[in-house]
This record gives sequence, structure tokens and C-alpha cells, in this order.
Amino acid sequence: MIERSLIRRLTSGLVPAVPYLWLGVLFLVPFLIVLKISLSDPAVAQPPYKPVFEWSDIAGFLSALDFENFALLTEDDLYFRATLSSVRIAAVSTLLLLLAGFPIAYGMARAPERYRSLLVALVILPFWTSFLIRIYAWIAILKPEGLLTQALMGIGLISEPLDILNTEIAVYIGIVYAYLPFMVLPLYATLEKMDDTLLEAALDLGSTPWRSFWTITVPLAMPGIVAGSLLCFIPAVGEFVIPDLLGGSETLMIGRQLWSEFFSNRDWPLASAVAILLLIILVMPIVIYRDVEARRVEARP
Amino acid sequence: MNRRLSLFNVTSLVIGFAFLYLPILLLVIYSFNASRLVTVWGGFSTQWYGALFRNQSLMEAAWVTLRIALLSATLATVLGTLAALALTRYGRFPGRTLFTGMVYAPMVMPEVITGLSLLLFFVAVDFDRGFWTITLAHTTLTMCFVTVVVQARLMTFDRSLEEAAMDLGAPPLRTFFSVTLPLIAPSIVAGFLLAFTLSMDDLVVASFNAGPGATTLPIKIYSQVRLGLSPEVNAASAILIGIVTLGVISATLLSKRSTLNSRRNAH
Repeated sequence: MIERSLIRRLTSGLVPAVPYLWLGVLFLVPFLIVLKISLSDPAVAQPPYKPVFEWSDIAGFLSALDFENFALLTEDDLYFRATLSSVRIAAVSTLLLLLAGFPIAYGMARAPERYRSLLVALVILPFWTSFLIRIYAWIAILKPEGLLTQALMGIGLISEPLDILNTEIAVYIGIVYAYLPFMVLPLYATLEKMDDTLLEAALDLGSTPWRSFWTITVPLAMPGIVAGSLLCFIPAVGEFVIPDLLGGSETLMIGRQLWSEFFSNRDWPLASAVAILLLIILVMPIVIYRDVEARRVEARP
Repeated sequence: MNRRLSLFNVTSLVIGFAFLYLPILLLVIYSFNASRLVTVWGGFSTQWYGALFRNQSLMEAAWVTLRIALLSATLATVLGTLAALALTRYGRFPGRTLFTGMVYAPMVMPEVITGLSLLLFFVAVDFDRGFWTITLAHTTLTMCFVTVVVQARLMTFDRSLEEAAMDLGAPPLRTFFSVTLPLIAPSIVAGFLLAFTLSMDDLVVASFNAGPGATTLPIKIYSQVRLGLSPEVNAASAILIGIVTLGVISATLLSKRSTLNSRRNAH
């Protein structure tokens, strides 16, 4: 009997232990390694950095670490401009997403109930289609002699080909397009629960629709607005594929910088330092997001 | 409650969904284009699909991608379900805060960071890059999505069923397999499908962790796209879109059935 309960306790202990161990080894440890390599020096060797960790020489290992790469990040204003422009592009895109997503989520929340789950499925569907493919689709549309130009010239709206591809405008279009479900779904979740009688009461008391929108709908939708904005802003800052395929060579973004330090310049320590920089920028939004999510999950009935 | 769609609501829905679907639709239409110029319509043809299936290296990459997706989604489903059980059924265990952090972080972490950190880890432990490194990386990336899906289900279902089984003397493992598992099965399947499509789709993490022996389809497509538009890529995309559409529709139907079941159980 004692033996059986021991086995039982061991098997039940495995439930948290297995995923815990997995994430510890493949998420936490890799992270510490990034931190360590960001303090190392690049080397012409395999692996291309030094010092390499040796248990026998911990003191020598520690003394060889320094903040050189981070000093380099502050010296070359390329990284400063890339950081600034990433945050700016992500912030503007988030605002555009909010402007585009709110009317859609609002329309979904007001649709007859039997259509709502279909509308939700329709918002989710493109989100599961390949990100890369959805961005690729826009190249054919935005090209100078592409489909948008053909359509607009066809109806006589413009007489000269539009040259949007490889500009920042194309990056905004790409981010808004790719992240729209991330914005619409949290907004819809809060708007759907909204009590319409509040709006009716406001109208009865003589408030204009515009005013009741700002004093009732927006404050009630705030949790969705915050969750959706963070859900778009955080990955947008580190975005690589969209600026690389739709942006021009002058579209600076930090994710793209990390990629080129790693793949083109083969400077692993500098790439790691850029990763740490990106993480420092995102720590605050990620912590706030986790907080909002935890509260949302607990608030659920 | 009397909710009515105004003209403004209908317009924003129509424009919104047109914006979401037109680019994908155009991509699929132009995959049947006879012309090599992707943006000029030259008549209907399925020649690019033929060219695609004759493209040896692309087909090889597709096969690798499929195997990685199946394997990593299976691993992620097991690990993600265990993590969801740990978060909903184990109360406060030591290190729970760190655990929740590690479960949710990969979902919002920029992929460049996840990819780079895993690669540096594999290099540090001297693990050859290729099929297995991508599989392990994808498992880590997708298991948190499974956790969230299964956790949502575990939190809403009727605990008294589990308690009844235990009261009647069923040991915990037996209770799990004969009561809990059948009830959460649809969400586990949905989680698996999400993990599978995410793995099929991933470019950034796979690029960092790919080796000379293993190239996935997104990596192949990306390197072709950088050189310019190609009708073969359109055809490959159209096929992938078809697979994902089927996957999402079946996942939606499954989760619908599970909510119906849980409603029935509640009565």
C-alpha cells in the first residue's frame, strides 16, 4: 500500500516536472547563454565567439566577459536609430490597427448572435494561413506595375503608377494586415459583453451618440484595447519578415538588424547584444501584458 | 436585447473582411495564371502546379516540413497538456511563478530572440543543427499555445465529475484517463492542429536552427521570394492555404462539438 501511494505521488509529480524541465532547458538556459555570449568577444573559430565555457577555468571565463558589445551598440548610432524607428513603426502601426480594428470588432459584436461565431472564425482563418505567404501576397499588389496600380488606373483615380513597395507605407500596410486578428479578437471579446442598455440610457438622457461612444463604449472596452494594443505592439517591435520583404533598405528595424548581424556579418556576440537590447525595450510591455492577461483569466466566470 | 446593425457596422465589416481576404484570394487566383509575369493575367493554366511537383528540392523541403510539424506538434501536445494540468490542478507548487512566466513568454517573445537563443544553446551543447534542432525549437515555441487552449477547457468543465470518480474509488491516473481526458480531448486536438500549423508556417525560428541537411518549405519560399515573385511560390502558397483552411475548419467544428457536449453535461 505504501509502495502504491509512493508510485502515485511520483507519477503525479511528473505532471508539472516534465514541462517545467523542458522549458527550463530549452527556454531559460538558452536565454542565459544569449546573455553570456553578448558579453563575449567575436572570434574566427567554431563556435565564432570566445571564451567558450569550461568548468575547469571558471575564473578565467568570468574575467574574459565584458560589456564591449553594448559599448559598441551605444557608439554606433545605427542601433539607436534602429531602436527608435522600431518603436515608432510599432507604435504607429498599433494606432492604425486600433483605428481599423475597432469598427470591425464593433460590427461583429452587434451582428446577430447566430452569425457571431462564424465571424470570429473568419477573423481567425487568415491568421492561421502562413504569415510569409500573406506578406508575399502584398508584393504583387503593391509593386509599381502591380495589382493596386492596375486597379486604380483602371478606374481612372491615378494616372501614374504608385510606388509604395519598399517604403515605410508598405511596412505599415503589412503590419496592419498581418496583425489585424490580434487586435480585433480582444476588442470583440470586451465589446460583445457590453450592456447595450447603458447606451440606451445615455441616449434617453440626451447624450449624442459620439459622446456616449467616448464616455461609455471606450472606457468599457479598455481591457480589450490594452490587450490588443500590447499583443500587436510587442511582436511588431521585433518584426523581421515584414520590413525585410515590404520595406526599403532604409527601413531600419531592430529585428532586421539582429538578423543581418547574425546571418550576414556572422557577429554572434553583437547579435546577442542586440537581442538583449530588444528584450530590455520589451520587458515593460511584456510584464504589463502578462498582468492584464492574468487578470482577464481570473475574471472569467 | 435589441441589437441592430447600422449601415456603418455593415460597411466596416464588409471593408474589413475584404481587406483580410482579397490579398489571399488574388494570390490563389494568380497561381492559375498562364503567364510567368505574376501580375499580368495570361489565361487559365495549372502549369505551375505541375512545375511545383516536379521541383525536387521544393518537394523535399515540403516533406521535411511536414515531418517536423507532425513530430513537434505531437511533443508539444503532450507537454502543453501536462503544463495545462499543472497550472489548473496543482495549486501552488514551488516555482509556479517562474513556470507561468516561461509558459506565456514564448507567445509574445519576438521570434528572432527565441530563434537566436535556441541556436546558441544548441551550439553550446554541441548539437548538430538540422532536423532535430528545428523539431525541438518548434516544440518549445508551440507548446505554450497548446497549454492556453487546453487550460481554457480545464477551467470551464465540471470538476464534480472528477470528484465523483475519485469518491467511487478510482485512482487519480484512472480518473484522468476515463473522465478528464475524454472531456478535454477536443481541446487537445485543437491544440495539436494549432501547433501543427504554427510549425508548418514558421520561418524565423527555423532559419536560425536549420542545418545544411534540413531546409523547410518557408525557408525555401523565403529565399525564392527575395529574388522576386514566382508563380511556383503562388502555387505552393495556394496548396498551403488549402491545407490550413481545412485544418482550421475541422478545429472549429471540433471545439463547437466540445462546447455542445459540455452544455449537455451541465444539464
